[in-house]
Amino acid sequence: MFAYIIRRIFAAVVLLLVVSAVTFAIFFLLPRIAGETADQLATQYVGKNPSPEAIAAVKQNLGFDQPLYTQYWNFLKGLVSGAEYKFGPDPVTCHVPCFGYSFKNHLEVWPELTKRIPITLSLAIGAAVCWLVSGVTTGVISALKPRSIFDRLAMGIALTGVSLPVFFTGALLLTLFSYQWPILDNLQYVDFTDDPLMWARNLILPWISLAFLYSALYARLTRAGMLETMSEDYIRTARAKGLVERKVVTRHGLRAALTPIVTIFGMDLGLLLGGALITEQVFSLQGVGAFAVQAIADNDLPKILGVTLLAAFFIVACNLVVDLLYALVDPRVRLS
Amino acid sequence: MTATATTAGNEPEAPASTTPAKTIEGRSLGRIAWTRFKRDKAAVAGGIVVILLILLALLAKPMEAVFGLDPDALHQDLLDANLGGIPLGDWGGMSWDHPLGVDIAQGRDLLSRVIEGSWVSLLVAFGATVLSNVIGTVLGVMAGYYGGWVDTLISRIMDVFLAFPLLLFAIAISTSLQGGAFGLDGLPLHIAVLIFVIGFFNWPYMGRIVRGQTLSLREREFVHAARSLGARGPFILFKELLPNLVGPILVYSTLLIPTNILFEAGLSFLGVGIQPPQASWGGMLQDAIKYYQVDPQYMVVPGLAIFITVLAFNLLGDGLRDALDPKSN
Repeated sequence: MFAYIIRRIFAAVVLLLVVSAVTFAIFFLLPRIAGETADQLATQYVGKNPSPEAIAAVKQNLGFDQPLYTQYWNFLKGLVSGAEYKFGPDPVTCHVPCFGYSFKNHLEVWPELTKRIPITLSLAIGAAVCWLVSGVTTGVISALKPRSIFDRLAMGIALTGVSLPVFFTGALLLTLFSYQWPILDNLQYVDFTDDPLMWARNLILPWISLAFLYSALYARLTRAGMLETMSEDYIRTARAKGLVERKVVTRHGLRAALTPIVTIFGMDLGLLLGGALITEQVFSLQGVGAFAVQAIADNDLPKILGVTLLAAFFIVACNLVVDLLYALVDPRVRLS
Repeated sequence: MTATATTAGNEPEAPASTTPAKTIEGRSLGRIAWTRFKRDKAAVAGGIVVILLILLALLAKPMEAVFGLDPDALHQDLLDANLGGIPLGDWGGMSWDHPLGVDIAQGRDLLSRVIEGSWVSLLVAFGATVLSNVIGTVLGVMAGYYGGWVDTLISRIMDVFLAFPLLLFAIAISTSLQGGAFGLDGLPLHIAVLIFVIGFFNWPYMGRIVRGQTLSLREREFVHAARSLGARGPFILFKELLPNLVGPILVYSTLLIPTNILFEAGLSFLGVGIQPPQASWGGMLQDAIKYYQVDPQYMVVPGLAIFITVLAFNLLGDGLRDALDPKSN
């Protein structure tokens, strides 16, 4: 088990390195191949109407005149030991972990990101709880009574759910509950530690719009998985030996049907933690996703790079946790 | 993702063999699937709507010319200048001339904008689906058939792709390509960039499905038979394996198209897809949500357009899956 954990963590770290290298190459190498010179590249990193000195400083600080691998190495070094940029008379320190430094508005990227993580975390975790509970429950009930009225109704709603874009559901909810009947008006993010009730109240609409989409997906997945599992031989065996139906469903059916769903859950949650871009946009939440959209709109490459890496980290980390949980539950996984 | 989970584990139906009896065998199998499909009313309804939508998209430009619709024409006279340009009259300014009303502040006819948006949306979705199909099928078949280091390499590449924050990347790349790429600019450029970005990042899902199917097909008797008769790699790949992969690929494509429509709409909604003034459903929603308090009818029009299109494709895809794979039902 221990060897398995080490192996998986090692693989995850390698994956992150590859992802960061590819991201790095896309933002730094592609423009060069397209024919941009180091000066032109550096110009993008400074604010509007840059002075030649500022451009030269950025070029030197980010090492655009050096080969790509040196730049990448410096970036990695910054992550673990911080970096120092000589910009004007006083050097600027970018503290560990240095996710980059925005020359456009002279801010370190990491503190900016950490400010926003709680918002995205609240959004993603809250929505995940909603959709897991509603989606899986609906799927199981549907599968136990296929073609019943409940099943048909639930699957109809689920089909609607997967066909509705989040930005449309979100906008509809906003119009109805924030404006037409102002039950939930004046939505503004409040920290959980400040006021848990207001926190939940102001996040409930984003949760519902995200959870509606995902519970629809999960209900369909759970139903399909349960239907398949419940027709397996070992379920018949379990019934034949006189096990109570409730136990057949929970201990034998659900357990096997849920494994693929856990994998997908890991991927979905990881993706959302890296920024629920559209949902944050609709509800004007200043989370990681809004940060990314803003960074892209400003063409502020250090910020884009930093937020991409953070998002990739969440995806890889969530997949790793899922893998390790599997190994814990299922001995076949760690032996293969 | 629905499709990833539901089709990946399914064995294909008894394969159409490649002996001379192929045509007869193939048709009868197809006919079985067709009768099964016809019984599924929801799927047939979805199919009809899909055909109508494709016709609408193809005929969008001629229709605009014939009926004199101009998606970009401004009708300031239909707006209430005192209330910030809200359309006059009920329901967002619905009238015989403008059956779906006009948009806020500019007074453009919403019906012609929805029609104009349909071809953009479908073109991007189809183009992106074809692109991910080609990449995913070629790499998936190779990984599944050759195994060994080829499989390891391709599977690892797919892992890396799946670890990328897709939407974020799509936004970053489409922004950086807005200036010009592929020797194009303006609307053709935006469409090309969207097809490239969406298609290029979605192929691993297709790749995984095809790889899984190939893995199970590879050990089937008919492949062994072909190999023992002296058939070589390319022949087995294209003549033996690929025909049997058509079913799953078709089903997954039908389910990938709605995902791509939503993806395109999402990117345009975030302002990095199709650029105004060109009408697109996502762009219309982006515009509409700004005015949700004063003109809530506006967003219903593009929202329903997306919803109906995606729903129709989902119904069709579900129906095709059930028809081609008896195990799933």
